[in-house]
Amino acid sequence: MNILKFFTAGSVDDGKSTLIGRLLYDTDSILADQLEALQSSNRKNDDGTIDLAILTDGLRAEREQGITIDVAYKYFQTEKRKFIIADTPGHIQYTRNMVTGASTANLAIILIDARNGVVEQTIRHSYLVSLLGIKHIVVCINKMDMVNYSEEVYSSIIDKYKVLAQQLKLKDVTYIPVSALKGDNIVQNSVHMDWYNGESLLHFLEQVDTDNLDKSQLARMPVQWVIRPQTDKLHDYRGYAGRVLSGTFKLNDKVTVLPSGASSTIEKIEFFDQLPDAAHAGQSVTIHLKDDVDISRGDTIVNASALPQESKLIEADLCWMDGRALDTSIMYLIQHNSKVTKCKISEILHKVDINTLEKHPADEFKLNDIGRVILKTADALAFDLYDENRANGSAILVDSRTNLTVGALMFRAAVE
Amino acid sequence: MSTYNFDYLDELEAEAIHILREVAGQFEKPALLFSGGKDSITLVRLAEKAFRPGKFPFPLVHIDTGHNFEETITYRDKMIERIGERLIVGSVQESINQGKVIEQTGKNASRNALQTVTLLDTIAEHQFDACIGGARRDEEKARAKERIFSVRDEFGQWDPKRQRPELWNIYNGKIHKGENVRVFPISNWTELDVWNYIRREKIELPSIYFSHEREVITRNGQLMAASPFLNMDDEDVVFRKQVRFRTVGDMSCTAAVESEATLIDDIIDEISASKISERGARLDDKVSEAAMEDRKKGGYF
Ligand SMILES: Nc1nc2c(ncn2[C@@H]2O[C@H](COP(=O)(O)OP(=O)(O)O)[C@@H](O)[C@H]2O)c(=O)[nH]1
Ligand SMILES: [Mg+2]
Repeated sequence: MNILKFFTAGSVDDGKSTLIGRLLYDTDSILADQLEALQSSNRKNDDGTIDLAILTDGLRAEREQGITIDVAYKYFQTEKRKFIIADTPGHIQYTRNMVTGASTANLAIILIDARNGVVEQTIRHSYLVSLLGIKHIVVCINKMDMVNYSEEVYSSIIDKYKVLAQQLKLKDVTYIPVSALKGDNIVQNSVHMDWYNGESLLHFLEQVDTDNLDKSQLARMPVQWVIRPQTDKLHDYRGYAGRVLSGTFKLNDKVTVLPSGASSTIEKIEFFDQLPDAAHAGQSVTIHLKDDVDISRGDTIVNASALPQESKLIEADLCWMDGRALDTSIMYLIQHNSKVTKCKISEILHKVDINTLEKHPADEFKLNDIGRVILKTADALAFDLYDENRANGSAILVDSRTNLTVGALMFRAAVE
Repeated sequence: MSTYNFDYLDELEAEAIHILREVAGQFEKPALLFSGGKDSITLVRLAEKAFRPGKFPFPLVHIDTGHNFEETITYRDKMIERIGERLIVGSVQESINQGKVIEQTGKNASRNALQTVTLLDTIAEHQFDACIGGARRDEEKARAKERIFSVRDEFGQWDPKRQRPELWNIYNGKIHKGENVRVFPISNWTELDVWNYIRREKIELPSIYFSHEREVITRNGQLMAASPFLNMDDEDVVFRKQVRFRTVGDMSCTAAVESEATLIDDIIDEISASKISERGARLDDKVSEAAMEDRKKGGYF
């Protein structure tokens, strides 16, 4: 059994929270005492049935305003798979929270209200999904019960979306007509839409490939911590602890340590009481090298025959996440896996109007703005391009005055 | 291309180890909050996997309400001896003696709320900049919203409206002096995941997690262990029952469930079939819909 992480995107009131509530409810994932709390809540649907959205709206302010402000994580499992859902807010002012929820997901559900079709928010959310490189996309045309389960309505919406998908180069898109409120095509196939021959949403989620296993040659492990017991018995013990970001390391593999460029060979791989002969993407292990090289936190061990890029000048997409606008005159900190170094945004190449997808020249970057920049780092970073290796192609910006995370970066190119 | 089996428990485990090592790498004075419950026992195993054969880069901290199940304390001391790490105890009784908090009175009196003060004092005294806790997002809906690195101000307060974005697997632990970060490595685990992990890893647990006979009374529709810490009166009828505890906290707020489960397999079957959440057995969450959110804002774990 493995894990699928997905998130929901859509405008306010498209039914994201209801959809998640429905998935939980119909898979019997809601426990009796939680249900009891739901039933005694004041928030009810118009017909008096329980409002499934309160399952995810966990904050007082959210319940009071009836909207989702921050990401809520929900968990359920079926016989086939475990699911981690991020219920993300749809409001434009909470874009950064949506990006947070999306950054760890491998699938996005985009909701469209059947009555409204493709709207500005659909474009914005789909753009974010393409920007973040989410592998699979499921477009749920929701509230089909309010348009008489009409095939024409559904078809005209997906025709429109297909144009957008092409424009954004979204590859893997699946369309499902649903009613989150009534439960059509969520877990069970709908009896109201004979014309739809596809799967229910849950069935699709259960079998879509998760790609948790990275099979690339790009073996990378940022060193998080050096284990040095310094006891009599383990006097010379020196293990490099970290999580393999991508690819596979095997015993006797030739590796390079960056930024020093030192080369060595893998002598031993340790995982607590085991000595595996390989460490794969996703695994947290301890690596021992044959040579005595100087390695500390922030360094990266990589496959010597598939080196990452190394540069102090990087072109990247930036999503700005702070109320205080970007200041190109000050220094920020960039955190790229375990490496932290100073940096400056030396140039704003363009900003994207995320509602129309047009690019504009710009000299300022405010909350929720997205665009392309060139950044200049104090130390060179050893990175891959985001599209080729998400785990080693992303970083965050931290404002050292406030310590807040102010930007999300996706590396697009090394500047020569 | 070698294939390998990396199932969901492996993935959750690897994520938690990564988070623990980030704490070690990013903070000066971290601590691991150890309650004696199954979640913090799981954290200890994860820390062993993250740092052995080295020592833990942090001490264990137990906020002791004084209203403990004896079995928990016995377990704690044995475990500390086995792992050879440092234990710091913050005592609620001491906070009461110092007049920093006042013991509650009445039938539903509990020391659960008082813990927060002792916790904050202990953090201040030792200047901990990060506290690792075993909270999970599936436990409660306010927790479902909390980041893995959750920044608290000088007063320990959580501000849900101003959480830092947390992207990919990059955790920003930068803080100002006086602030601290609560870190939750098993955020993405469910109760069942924890049990399956305990079974897989053959982790020993305090005996109260397993079915045993004990004296109980009924309070607010729930079974509570009869103890000097419950303010009992003539109306409280003590009787014996075969029970176990699903969550272990302060004796005055942790309810027992009727159970015949003596083996971990039985417990896993029981939980899989159960229709009541783990937190349903905690009186402290029953007070209001926003009980947990309010306690977190006040500095709770
Ligand atoms: N008729 C109908 N109403 C729905 C459906 N899905 C959601 N709703 C209603 O739409 C409103 C907004 O839903 P909610 O889940 O809170 O939307 P969110 O803002 O996207 O999370 C609520 O009143 C829901 O009951 C549906 O499939 N059909
Ligand atoms: Mg919502």
